[in-house]
Amino acid sequence: MKRLLPLLLLCSIAAGPPVDLRSGYDDASAETRAMQDDDGGNPGFLWVREGEAQWSQPAGPLGKSCASCHGDATVSMRGVAARYPLIDKATNRPMTLDRRIGECRTDRQQAEALPPESDAALGLAAYVGLQSRGMPLNVDADNPFVAAGRRLFETRMGQLNLSCAQCHDDRAGMKLAGAVIPQGHPNGYPEYRLEWQAMGSLNRRLRNCMVGVRAEPFPPDSPEMAALALYLAVRAKGLKVETPAVRP
Amino acid sequence: MPVRAVSRGELAPGILRGGLALVALLTMAAGDASNGRAIIANRQLSACLLCHTGPFPDPHLQGNLAPSLAGAGSRLTEAALRQRLIAPDPDSIMPSYAATAGLHRVGKQWAGKPVLTPQQIDDVVAFLVTLRAP
Repeated sequence: MKRLLPLLLLCSIAAGPPVDLRSGYDDASAETRAMQDDDGGNPGFLWVREGEAQWSQPAGPLGKSCASCHGDATVSMRGVAARYPLIDKATNRPMTLDRRIGECRTDRQQAEALPPESDAALGLAAYVGLQSRGMPLNVDADNPFVAAGRRLFETRMGQLNLSCAQCHDDRAGMKLAGAVIPQGHPNGYPEYRLEWQAMGSLNRRLRNCMVGVRAEPFPPDSPEMAALALYLAVRAKGLKVETPAVRP
Repeated sequence: MPVRAVSRGELAPGILRGGLALVALLTMAAGDASNGRAIIANRQLSACLLCHTGPFPDPHLQGNLAPSLAGAGSRLTEAALRQRLIAPDPDSIMPSYAATAGLHRVGKQWAGKPVLTPQQIDDVVAFLVTLRAP
């Protein structure tokens, strides 16, 4: 037993991905949860409403709107956010929902790209995401990019030499600078963060974490960001979509 | 104010080989404990209190990922404290405060720079040894 003890202690810290999944919602304060629960008080709905208006607004030289092809979003977009990221058939690479919406905009509508983190981009993503609210994340995990994403998640980086996993797998529930470390699930994006006083994408959140450990963030459209987003979705399989979530 | 002493990292290798004892003496005398305290309390600079608790203001903003700094000077020798700052246990989440190599994807503004300078590490160690158990 004496020889086993250090091993047991080590196991209790090097936990691996969470088995008992907790949404960031479960770690938020009662006030924050109440804000998310009330669509009228959830600030994310300001973006959702903008996205809803945009859905049927023509853009680009073809005069097409999202609705021109996809019709009623409450029907056609139902369940979509729960399946992303997926492996894009054309490129055989992970494709995030944000990227897919962006591609639709530039390739199908031939309209000007929506700048990342702009109200317009976040609004559309939030409106599309809302159509899957309450549905369990169920992303196809049968591809090598999941393992690639996991490797990135578990790689120590930055001047402070920390991996995502060291906090969000091994120390979730403990406190970093007085704040509870969540398991780090992607089920609420785009989400309204009180810290930002704004809506933001998963990309923005990952960038914040990387800057926090004093690492060079992966570029927004990089294969690394897509692989990380994919791994996060697989890791959170079964958690319900909460878009637009409210988080501290 | 103590005299600014030369610390290990700044010495040429030749001097280092011949003068380890002298260096040890110099670095031991070099730390400014009150500056060390300020460095730890400055979370943007040192990030210590993101993980550690300790006898500092705003305990509700401190982390609990690592042992409390309270009583550190009673638990560990000065040499052991210095060791933890410079070459921590690789299995722990403690970063090296002196390392500029062996790191991955360090942000541009931090590249090639340690978290703290050798003098700042001396100051932090000088403060930590004063944290005695009650």
